[in-house]
Amino acid sequence: MSITLPDPLTGGAQRLVPEQPLVRLEGISKIFAGRGKGAPTVTALDGIDLAVAPGSVLGIIGRSGAGKSTLIRLVNGLEKPSAGRVVVDGAEVSSLPERALRHARRSTGMIFQHFNLLSSRTAAQNVALPLEVAGYDRAAIRARVDEMLALVDLSDKRDRYPAELSGGQKQRVGIARALTTKPKVLLSDEATSALDPETTRSILSLLRRINREFNLTVVLITHEMSVVRAIAGEVAVIDRGRIVEQGDVFDVFTRPQAEVTRSFLAEESGRALPSYVADRLHPEPVDGGRAVVRIVFRGPHATDPVIAQLAREQGVDANILAGTVDEIAGRPFATLVVGVPGGEEALASTLAFLHQRGLDTEVLGHVA
Amino acid sequence: MSPEIIRLIVQATGDTLLMVAVAAALGTFFGLPLGIFLATSGRGELLASPWANGALGAIVNATRSTPFIILVVAIIPFTRLIAGTSIGTTAAIVPLTVAATPFIARLVEGAIREVDPGLVEAARAFGASPLQIVLKVLVPEALPAIVLGLTLAVVSLLGFSAMVGAVGGGGLGDLGIRYGYQRFMPDVMAAVVVVLIVLVQAVQSLGDRLSRRLNRRVISRS
Repeated sequence: MSITLPDPLTGGAQRLVPEQPLVRLEGISKIFAGRGKGAPTVTALDGIDLAVAPGSVLGIIGRSGAGKSTLIRLVNGLEKPSAGRVVVDGAEVSSLPERALRHARRSTGMIFQHFNLLSSRTAAQNVALPLEVAGYDRAAIRARVDEMLALVDLSDKRDRYPAELSGGQKQRVGIARALTTKPKVLLSDEATSALDPETTRSILSLLRRINREFNLTVVLITHEMSVVRAIAGEVAVIDRGRIVEQGDVFDVFTRPQAEVTRSFLAEESGRALPSYVADRLHPEPVDGGRAVVRIVFRGPHATDPVIAQLAREQGVDANILAGTVDEIAGRPFATLVVGVPGGEEALASTLAFLHQRGLDTEVLGHVA
Repeated sequence: MSPEIIRLIVQATGDTLLMVAVAAALGTFFGLPLGIFLATSGRGELLASPWANGALGAIVNATRSTPFIILVVAIIPFTRLIAGTSIGTTAAIVPLTVAATPFIARLVEGAIREVDPGLVEAARAFGASPLQIVLKVLVPEALPAIVLGLTLAVVSLLGFSAMVGAVGGGGLGDLGIRYGYQRFMPDVMAAVVVVLIVLVQAVQSLGDRLSRRLNRRVISRS
């Protein structure tokens, strides 16, 4: 943690110090009392530390029941931690009294999986609600609502009721409502999980645009790697109440450490082995067979002509079994699964050759 | 039917409508806030005060489990205190209101508990106070169901009002018993029943229409 102090020489605070995180969770745990007398307690979160820099997008991914819903609700004080501190924009949310907490919540917007719009209010009236609650006058509300509906491209639907809108349109109203009070942080609770892939893409690109245009910090929880990949700069993987892996999206995607992360990634294209390879895989070398190696090309190496070099310089004729070339967080990334013939020595020299070129390898098994 | 009898039926219809309308209005006046409180004051809820919730819930249950005809007689001293007398149409409004209030409270409570908890969470997330959540989220969202509940309460009150003849309350029920039954005038009895059926139909279809109009969860064709 670094604190920006006024510089005695320049009189200002414009020094090159790392930026203060906007959202900070320190040593958080959350234990729920069991239902009924003598029921066991449930530990939803256990020793969570997390910091979110202003203007960044953090994706928190986990299976259902991993504790991610509880985690995101700590940020706006909908849940209180059993231990630890939650600090948002300098205010310690976890210990604010109710009235001050309500005021603080205006600087955190939230969107939901099932949109949570009032069915009795039109799109415009839904967007106006947080402002009414905050006590703005009619003219100010109207101006702000118009601005917000224009932002989410729904000006023509202002007088429609939620029942008359599609899922994507409802979520746009939800986003407009979350942003009316000009929050610094937007919390997204599985906001695209109830939407089809096409609509998901359009909602994510809207969120990305808002993140860039307004430097809005976004914390989103999801169970889909594709969502994290499409929008987040950083990712935290949560499993059974603990953060098991955390870091830059590109690093986590290309060099996953935790088992949970790998299994999430397996659902992404290119990570899972095609069944015609997977079904024939032996753990031990097969006489006259080939070793199956996954090569991961990260960043600048993604476009290297490695297979050709391997044949030319090492005399190894690797055959390609599966592969993808892709882009993660704007950086190229490729995986290639190849069969390497020639037994142990050829495999060892191939791996050495690949490592020399800065590539990651993983021996998956052997095929006949 | 003689003009005299027709005059009696008109008079009795007027009495019934007056009793039911005033009792329904007063019952809503007391029952609506009571129902809202019952729906939001349980343990861990928005206006959590479990003790008051339990006490009011017990009173509501006690009133609702007392048969109406017994309630009418049992609260005669109270009726006299409020209305100055325990006999007549005005006096009958007191027990009708006492019966209607907890009934309406339970109907309102049910309607409010049906509101999606996600809406309350959203409202808390943007900084609404408990009172604002009640007034701007729960009541408007529950309104179609509340209107249907009030319709049901009015229909029940029409039935209850037939019993207040026991304390000289007048109205259609009283007329039916005294003329139709005790004086062997089946045509009066039939007329009373027909008028009651028409009233119930009218109230129900009015309530249904109003509720449908308020309900924005389904796309209206208008």
